[in-house]
Amino acid sequence: MLTKRIIACLDVDGGRVVKGVQFEDLRDAGDPADLAKAHSESGADEVVLLDISAAHQQRATLLETVRRAARQLFIPLTVGGGIRSLEDAAAVFSTGADKISINSAALSNPNLITQIAERFGSQAVVVAIDAKRRANAAAWEAFTHGGRTASGRDAVEWAREAESRGAGEILLTSMDRDGTASGFDCDLTRAVADSVRIPVIASGGAGDARHFAEVFREGHADAALAASIFHYGIHRFADLKHQLSLQGIPMRLPC
Amino acid sequence: MIAIVDYGAGNLVSVKKALDWLGQECAISSQPEQVAKSSKIVLPGVGHFASTAALARSGLQAAIRDAIGRGVPFLGICVGMQWMLEHSQESPETPGLGLFPGECERFPPSVKSPHVGWNQLELNPSSRLFRGIPALPFVYFTHSYRIPVSEATAACCDYGGRFSAALERDHLFGVQFHPEKSADVGLQLLSNFCAL
Repeated sequence: MLTKRIIACLDVDGGRVVKGVQFEDLRDAGDPADLAKAHSESGADEVVLLDISAAHQQRATLLETVRRAARQLFIPLTVGGGIRSLEDAAAVFSTGADKISINSAALSNPNLITQIAERFGSQAVVVAIDAKRRANAAAWEAFTHGGRTASGRDAVEWAREAESRGAGEILLTSMDRDGTASGFDCDLTRAVADSVRIPVIASGGAGDARHFAEVFREGHADAALAASIFHYGIHRFADLKHQLSLQGIPMRLPC
Repeated sequence: MIAIVDYGAGNLVSVKKALDWLGQECAISSQPEQVAKSSKIVLPGVGHFASTAALARSGLQAAIRDAIGRGVPFLGICVGMQWMLEHSQESPETPGLGLFPGECERFPPSVKSPHVGWNQLELNPSSRLFRGIPALPFVYFTHSYRIPVSEATAACCDYGGRFSAALERDHLFGVQFHPEKSADVGLQLLSNFCAL
């Protein structure tokens, strides 16, 4: 049976992981390459490296970081942040990334999705959508530039367009739940997951194992992103996956 | 030297780095002469079946056919394995290499397509490719077309019905999943191929 995926997310700034997870046996807990490998060994099904540094001149640092992380990582690796053109994407792929994630650039230039998909395949293109619930409505608006700019676009409708333009997966972050540890936005996730045929990765709001079970069952998510959950009493991906497996969610175990 | 065949489709770096990790001498090559001289051939593939038409145009197909005829071990990955069949419903006008009979087909409408993620394999115990790999391993897939089960099936997977996750006959091997992204199981499989 196809399993539900648990994806580790590392926020990287200037070649260092920020708000990272502590692994006791690591030489350097802020090194993205060491952390990516540690996550893989602890049972993560995929790793996402998100470059949150705004400065474009740090691009060379990021590429070197990805190269070092990819060298010893044999699960899928997605890289996002600051990819604005086909050339940016090609540079990231050449370092060993398997997928790129694009957000603001895709909304301002949707054809970029098609360009990257035609060159590298749809499976390599993840469109990230940061969505916020509209006041008094069961509808969500897509935001860009790290959640600072409202796009005016309906998140569900934008997800459908992204799919039709060649996106292979949707990485869907609930801005309302992000950082709250109060659970994923299952309504948002289900609205998007039921509208597209490509996999949807839920993000934002994970606090405990129950939240993951909910977003898989009620949110119809294919995968879920875990960033800071490890601050809330779950220390290894394998532990989280065991708990979910006991609740009947198909998981890759042993991992 | 293992040749990783570059026919202009997709990203070959992941396959290269996995073979590098295993300490194998390998090179990404788009040169028919270099492919013809290699000790083993890996044909990765992502994207559309029609992209394999570039193999025929570039002379790589002839080099591969010639090498296979001399017994050089061959591993097709994803679309690279699909190309080993006669046809694919994805691009009926593009002929495959016909090393295995049959054609690649769509998934039934009952399941989401593409099939993306980790799924479990049922292994043929006599497979050389899966030697030393524990039963029911998980591997990473991403594909929209699949190969029916046949006599050459070395591993089965179930997604909207059973299909061939791996094919094996003599020195010809194909995997629908991505061993270079399937953690220890995938590295063991690549190591088995390298050791042939």
